[in-house]
Amino acid sequence: MSIFEYNGSAVVAMVGKNCFAIASDRRLGVQLQTIATDFQRISKIHDHLFIGLSGLATDVQTLYQRLVFRHKLYQLREERDMKPETFASLVSAILYEKRFGPYLCQPVIAGLGDDNKPFICTMDSIGAKELAKDFVVSGTASESLYGACEAMFKPDMEAEELFETISQALLSSVDRDCLSGWGGHVYVVTPNEIKERILKGRMD
Amino acid sequence: MSQTAVDVPPKGGFSFDLCKRNDMLTQKGLKAPSFLKTGTTIVGLIFKDGVILGADTRATEGPIVADKNCEKIHYMAPNIYCCGAGTAADTEAVTDMVSSQLRLHRYQTGRDSRVITALTLLKKHLFSYQGHVSAALVLGGVDITGPHLHTIYPHGSTDTLPFATMGSGSLAAMSVFEAKYKEGLTRDEGIKLVAEAICSGIFNDLGSGSNVDICVITKGNKEYLRNYMEPNPRTYVSSKGYSFTKKTEVLLTKITPLLERVEITEVGEAMEE
Repeated sequence: MSIFEYNGSAVVAMVGKNCFAIASDRRLGVQLQTIATDFQRISKIHDHLFIGLSGLATDVQTLYQRLVFRHKLYQLREERDMKPETFASLVSAILYEKRFGPYLCQPVIAGLGDDNKPFICTMDSIGAKELAKDFVVSGTASESLYGACEAMFKPDMEAEELFETISQALLSSVDRDCLSGWGGHVYVVTPNEIKERILKGRMD
Repeated sequence: MSQTAVDVPPKGGFSFDLCKRNDMLTQKGLKAPSFLKTGTTIVGLIFKDGVILGADTRATEGPIVADKNCEKIHYMAPNIYCCGAGTAADTEAVTDMVSSQLRLHRYQTGRDSRVITALTLLKKHLFSYQGHVSAALVLGGVDITGPHLHTIYPHGSTDTLPFATMGSGSLAAMSVFEAKYKEGLTRDEGIKLVAEAICSGIFNDLGSGSNVDICVITKGNKEYLRNYMEPNPRTYVSSKGYSFTKKTEVLLTKITPLLERVEITEVGEAMEE
């Protein structure tokens, strides 16, 4: 069994018109036993920047705490929030530093950059950045997510349509993965508001 | 104050503090993760006025295509570019690092960088990690001494060649080069040959695919032709798109309104005597 299948996860992010959406499942398991159905995989770094971490849950939490620490230092020094591209480079550097003993998680970063242009990217566990213009996926359900997103994605969707698309893609993919699911957690971010929604999914 | 792990950036280089834990997990039967690889076909050739580099754009994670349009031709200096195959994080990190070192060197010497400098910096780094930094590179550029093309293997050995291919599609591309390369090619002939070699890799090697990127470097000039050829367009796009009849059931909605982002510019007042 792979180390990524120890806890199970599914994270996806999509780009819309001046907005982005990032979604994850809610299960936390220990191999085949479920121990929590409300695990927080997506975290806010600042109002226009979110990071979703899939993989080993302990590294998800450790890495999140480290990144929040580094971002707070940045805010103190620069007196502003970090741009998403800069943050992606920071995460990549932190992960690559541990090239030969890596953090066992794969981040998905989503943010609104200058001019409210949405930015998404994902990385493997040693920091190889993969920028995409449409969607990025990560986690044990990634293969199903690739397929679902490829089929359902349309460019330049508005926030409501984007929410519907990403939710359907997430729920249909986690239905085909034993290790992830138990509902969904979706954040849709536009320049004016953050809409956080919890989805009802199959609880098996 | 206790010296707990303070995460301020160390002096640089790798940190090995999670190795013991990861080894313990591997011993317990949990397989280590697979990294993003650029399966790849990368090529370079020297033509009459300089160097042409070419690469495909597929990044794989095991058998899955993770990125359909990644960039494998990395910037090293205004007159030097480097294509990378192998583990994606390693090629990106090593080319970024050497690119920074070259820039500092340019500031110090006041001269344009030479390809041989980039070559030496790369091979020293790769050799010192004994092949564990898995980056196979095709380095090309034009400097004061003329056009140069080198290949660098993950263990640190290098070759200097008039035409070179690396990556999983290297055999497919090399067959095209061996059949059609000749000295003194013009720019258009060179680009055509490089595109053909990369296409040969794209269509015959499963680890390479999507589009062709080309970079032409001549004395004092460079042209990065991103997605020069797109021989694999998506042909099955449904014009209507997806329509969902059943809406997703939402249990809870929380809306956080955001304050409008305001640019604060400090209007300073001049000091008066």
